[in-house]
Amino acid sequence: MFPFVLEKAGSAEAAIAAAAAGARYIAGGTTLVDLMRDEVERPERLVDINALPLSDIRADGEDLVIGALARMSDVATHPEVGRLQPIIAESLIEGASPQLRNMASMGGNLLQRCRCPYFRMLDAACNKRDPGSGCAAIDGLNAGNAILGTSDHCVATHPSDVAVALVALGATMRVRGSDGERSFAVEDLFRLPGDTPHLEHTLTPGELILDIRVPGGPYGRRARYLKVRDRASYEFALVSAAVALDVEEGLIRSSRIAVGGVGTKPWRLRACETALAGKPADRSSFEAAARLATEGVRPLSHNHYKAELLPRTIVRALEMAGDVA
Amino acid sequence: MTVRFIGSPHTRVDGPRKVTGNARYAADFNQAGQAYAVIVSATVGLGRITEMDGASIERMPGVVAVITHHNAEKLPYLPHKAVIDPAEGERLHVLQDDQVRFYGQPVAVVVADTLDDAERAAAALRISYDARRPIVDHAGDEVKAIVPDAATRPGARTLADRSRGEADAAVANAAVKVDENYDIARENHNPMEPHATIASWNGERLTLWSKSQYLVNEQAEIAAIFGLPLENVEVVCPFIGGAFGTSLRTWPHVTLAALAARHIRRPVKLVLTRKQMFFTTGHRPRTLQRIALGATPEGALAGMVHEGTGETSRYEQFMEALTNVTDYLYSCPNVRTQYRLAPLDTSTPNHMRGPGEASGIFAIESAMDELSYKLGIDPIELRRRNEPQLDEAENKPFSSRSLMQCYELGAERFGWTQRTPEPRSMRDGRLLIGMGTATATYPAFHAPASARVRLLADGTAEVEAAASDMGPGTYTSMSQVAAEFLGLPLERVRFRLGRSDYPQTPSHGGSWTMASVGSAIRAACLEVQAQAARRAAADAGSPLSGASVDDLEWSEGLLRRRGDTSPGISYHDIVVRAGVPIEAGGSAQRDPKVAEQYSMHAFGAVFAEVAVDPDVGTIAVRRIVGAYGIGRVVNPLLARSQCTGGMIGGMGMALMERTALDPRDGRPVNAHMADYLMPVNLDIPELEAHFVDEVDPHVNPLGVKGLGEIALVGTAPAIGNAVFHATGKRVRTLPIRIEDMLTA
Repeated sequence: MFPFVLEKAGSAEAAIAAAAAGARYIAGGTTLVDLMRDEVERPERLVDINALPLSDIRADGEDLVIGALARMSDVATHPEVGRLQPIIAESLIEGASPQLRNMASMGGNLLQRCRCPYFRMLDAACNKRDPGSGCAAIDGLNAGNAILGTSDHCVATHPSDVAVALVALGATMRVRGSDGERSFAVEDLFRLPGDTPHLEHTLTPGELILDIRVPGGPYGRRARYLKVRDRASYEFALVSAAVALDVEEGLIRSSRIAVGGVGTKPWRLRACETALAGKPADRSSFEAAARLATEGVRPLSHNHYKAELLPRTIVRALEMAGDVA
Repeated sequence: MTVRFIGSPHTRVDGPRKVTGNARYAADFNQAGQAYAVIVSATVGLGRITEMDGASIERMPGVVAVITHHNAEKLPYLPHKAVIDPAEGERLHVLQDDQVRFYGQPVAVVVADTLDDAERAAAALRISYDARRPIVDHAGDEVKAIVPDAATRPGARTLADRSRGEADAAVANAAVKVDENYDIARENHNPMEPHATIASWNGERLTLWSKSQYLVNEQAEIAAIFGLPLENVEVVCPFIGGAFGTSLRTWPHVTLAALAARHIRRPVKLVLTRKQMFFTTGHRPRTLQRIALGATPEGALAGMVHEGTGETSRYEQFMEALTNVTDYLYSCPNVRTQYRLAPLDTSTPNHMRGPGEASGIFAIESAMDELSYKLGIDPIELRRRNEPQLDEAENKPFSSRSLMQCYELGAERFGWTQRTPEPRSMRDGRLLIGMGTATATYPAFHAPASARVRLLADGTAEVEAAASDMGPGTYTSMSQVAAEFLGLPLERVRFRLGRSDYPQTPSHGGSWTMASVGSAIRAACLEVQAQAARRAAADAGSPLSGASVDDLEWSEGLLRRRGDTSPGISYHDIVVRAGVPIEAGGSAQRDPKVAEQYSMHAFGAVFAEVAVDPDVGTIAVRRIVGAYGIGRVVNPLLARSQCTGGMIGGMGMALMERTALDPRDGRPVNAHMADYLMPVNLDIPELEAHFVDEVDPHVNPLGVKGLGEIALVGTAPAIGNAVFHATGKRVRTLPIRIEDMLTA
């Protein structure tokens, strides 16, 4: 581990000032400390933001507002989350392990770095870690890598589960920087790798995530998160799907579909949503819509199976959501 | 003698120490003034070091020494091989030259005052290599299999070629055939506790606090490497946090810790990182196998062919019992087995729980299951129809064999009759349910062992052997054996292990610890009783003075004349009167005549139920039931624990474990506990282990066959067979993954 200076921020302003001067935020530390131990991350200054009052979880009308420092485990078990958006709890419980969920913050979850094995090995080429060094995964062991949104420079998936649910539900986030506050869709937080895979998000230097707002809507209990993986816990998704259905008299009025484990960012599938509109909420509609999910996929040498698994996962998730409806 | 201790479900005598943090593992023996060593591992898969500037990091904070092949002491590396070392080849010599033989090979050691300083400097060491592409893919075209030299010698446990009858012709002409190939991934042991060694020199004497399953060999190996007299090396390891075979051999880090400590003249502590546990501490070799079975329409096996190849390194020929089970498992007049090795640019594999048998049995038992469907015969019935009357390869009787009793007991407890034979015929809602079964077997080994018993004036007994306890409960079970034969309450017996200067024992592996060390403890107990009786008889002040020792007998820890109903005299009485502790050694080994006469193996039947999601291909194991015939069970509580642990290991083998090597440089890409998958609690279902009553008077005086290995063997094929039953999809590559289910 490289030596670093750790300071504690007593206010958002102090934290933002420190970050604007080059410090990195640290909350749960479940990604950052791990990567610092491997020297993948080498921050010289860390600013601990855990003392900031950003842990609230509350209902605002039909909206759900989650503070950026709320822990995954606290959000997952919060009664308002269960009442308004149970899919958020479902997707959180599917993520990481209980120990990690007790530490990891919601803001940190969105900003967690990728799980591509080559990213974590200093002696392997990785444009995300070391821009311009190349991508060892493209011609390497890439079974876990992405098939959507990839570039010739990076094929890493975004690892978050809850981000997939947030993107499906059209959640927004509020951030504050030296120039004040702004809000935008969680979906717009994430960047495609393109030829700058080391740039993963759209925050400007020093911007601090304050909270996440999940809008109320017609979905609520008709939303489900399905994570397909090789073991039952503590394992990233091969493919996951967050789906939400608004069904009336057996017909789908509207739907939301986002998928994880396949994209370089949480991947909203608007074409599938459109295809479901007005269709009966049954398996044949789900299958027809899910087929559209694989348009434009670019499988790698070891992950063709993801293109097969992706529509199956969507269909199954839609059936799960439909059963509740 | 009243049996009170052997067979009783006593909880672990060392349990309180473990759960209160008072059990000291190798890395806990911190020494005053110790420095910390960190290994720098090669980042190329093959080639040589062209430049390594150790001086560039020597001035970093806290650095005490940077040891490379330029400045490392030249070590004698005297010849030494133990039973756990490959019979052919030469162990890796560390820091002795510029050659890189595999990715992750130690190429330097950085020693510093703190671990952080050592890690920091080690990460900063820049090394240039002249690298070539290694060959690491066992199934690749460039791989040339070789005949293992040791497997051509008469009497080898695994023979390169073994044959009875005309197996190939019998299969070719059989009415019903199965002929398939199997590919089982490389696995790493991944115990909870990492390898760790603390080395401290006192002149030419070396003490190692080092994680080891074979203390006396670690002592001998390090003595040979450094050219020291055996008695100059002492190895201490009272507790092991899991091992599964990885600590049987003495790996390069032990040498490096001792080398570094001598280099800097201070004690040195060296703990491997999890990533380094994938480099030079052995692995279950990836195996490629072919099984061809031929049978009559009635299900009698007419021919069996088993060909298997295991990966090994370029510098050692690691062999395991991959094809052995096929020789004796079933009755068949025509059997041919073939065993080969594929030398690759990797480190040497080693024994991992159920070594060889676990991989071989997956192939043979998958094929037997497949044959049962082709024949339309229930899988258990197929095995019954081929149950042999004797070991047909050796042409000698089994000392005991309870395979069919295991199937009967296991089938009853599992509810096998609920199974409908057709694949895809059982459902729970939308899930496909499958039930599968497979045979488990492992040899009942025995190796010479010794032990010492000391009777003390306080009425307690100390028992010592250089054994290990990697988790099966050796502390407890050996205490039970001693209590049994001494007739003392368990709490008055203290069993000590984990020191190389205790009486010699074989490696703590191969399921032979109880058979070997237990028998030695029994012998030592009987000997100390004889000595105590002689003392009593010779003691003029003793009530038994002048008695013929043949007229005396021990019962419940008391010595009396035969037939006498007097209270008798206790160890305490005898020792107090003697004024000094009474000590006796004992040893045990298998009578070669008995060994020649019988084929000795444990058998079991494993049953698994799985649920497969037909949409997304997830496989959940719902329950596993195992029934085993393992001779006498010393402690049913510990035995069940061993079995459930083995079943979980088998689940990992079946569904998760796989060390993935990048073919470009041989690096394991998943050398991380988040990426090398093993079952977690949520994956682990209800596990049941049952034991059939089996009395085997031949295997050893205790009548035990060993349990550690067989507990894993058989689980993977039972799960694979259940997956086939659920889905109709036969997967012959382990681990079985979701992607294998998508084409079902």
